[in-house]
Amino acid sequence: MRRLFLRDLALAFRAGGGGLTGLLFFLAVVAIVPFGIGPDLKLLARIGPSILWIGALLAALLGLDRLFQAEREDGTLDLLLMQETPLVLIVLVKCLAHWAASGLTLALSVPFLGLLLNLDAPAIGATMLTLACGTPALTLIGAGAAAVTVALPRGGLLVSVLVLPLAIPVLIFGVSATQGALEAPASFLPPFLILLALNLLFAVLGPLAAAAALRSLED
Amino acid sequence: MSDTSLTIRRFSDLANPSRFLALSARLLPWLCCLTALLFAVGLFFAVTSAGDYQQGETVRIMYVHVPSAWLAMMIYGVMSVSALGTLVWRHPLADVAARAAMPIGAAFTGLALVTGSLWGKPMWGAWWVWDARLTSFFILFLMYAGLIALNRALEDPARAARLSAILILLGFVNIPIIKFSVDWWNTLHQPASVLRLGGSAIDAEFLRPLLLMAAAFTCLFFCLHLAAMRNEILRRRVAVLRRQSARSAALNGPAA
Repeated sequence: MRRLFLRDLALAFRAGGGGLTGLLFFLAVVAIVPFGIGPDLKLLARIGPSILWIGALLAALLGLDRLFQAEREDGTLDLLLMQETPLVLIVLVKCLAHWAASGLTLALSVPFLGLLLNLDAPAIGATMLTLACGTPALTLIGAGAAAVTVALPRGGLLVSVLVLPLAIPVLIFGVSATQGALEAPASFLPPFLILLALNLLFAVLGPLAAAAALRSLED
Repeated sequence: MSDTSLTIRRFSDLANPSRFLALSARLLPWLCCLTALLFAVGLFFAVTSAGDYQQGETVRIMYVHVPSAWLAMMIYGVMSVSALGTLVWRHPLADVAARAAMPIGAAFTGLALVTGSLWGKPMWGAWWVWDARLTSFFILFLMYAGLIALNRALEDPARAARLSAILILLGFVNIPIIKFSVDWWNTLHQPASVLRLGGSAIDAEFLRPLLLMAAAFTCLFFCLHLAAMRNEILRRRVAVLRRQSARSAALNGPAA
């Protein structure tokens, strides 16, 4: 299990891996927004956390279609299916590795991007925290969709279409927890706890769905 | 799995759909007549009922809007039951039912959205409001569209059935979450304001045509669904026959 985790992590950061590309994409999305809505620093500071969240959502979607596809192409997936370890656990570990390569690095890059968007220190901290706690759910939902579309030659676009509606609650609670941490009337803890609950829920549902989909490819 | 066992299984699967085809052929005309009757009565009441004292004539949009919204949710329920049937019991007709229900569900969801939008313009002064209910319905529409896209992308019907069943169930678990999260999201941003249309305090004058139209829409769905399922079964039979003729041609080719 640990080997698999480290292997996936290494693959993600080597040449051709999706980890750094996702980070670059995140950077590009955040850089594009001021062009779209104008360089008003006050406005940017107000909507900055939401921009970061949407950027992270899109960047997390970007690498999802490769979650099982590379393994399928070189035959590793067949070996993983034949393992004695339950497939659900394997999928979970792969999701964790994918999250460490995508969601965690995105969250770690927030301080730098927050400066670009004129966020102050509490806002940066809140966004980092919610992103770090919210992106696992995105990866876990995406695992189900990625497994469903793994057999398709052009599954990438379809993964995004399938994942986005399901990811809306994560986005809502992530952004509202961030807002809650910054503005006095809204509260921080309830949306944050629901965000964590969503993580746990999808930690069960996502791998189960993905494993069922991968198994159904077999016969 | 070898070719022969595959064809044997196909044939044994066809036994049940044949019975379904015979049954539905007998049932469908009656159901169509019932639908037409209900629509006639429902539309009569809908047109002759008094307009609302505040909303005027636009209240009649409700008789199309509300039943299609109810149906859009019911169809997702039908699809979820079918998905369970596919995954758990491997019922040969379940995936036909789910596949046939998808476009119909998307159409009713779209109808609910469009009529709601038409109703919203004179009532709220805007075609679209980011209200909780509107948003969650929009998401439902996106989910239908995603399912249809997945089904079109997969060629093998058996694989498409199982994968879309998994996705339908994943979506079914998610729909309550989306519903509640969107409700909460809305109240965080704007206090409860729109979409107060009586609810249970609705007058009998409006309730009678509404229920009749709801019954008519439900019958319409079952008509369309049965017809779509028959089409799907026939389409699959044609595909199987084509494949068989191609195979026999390939087998006989070298011998001839």
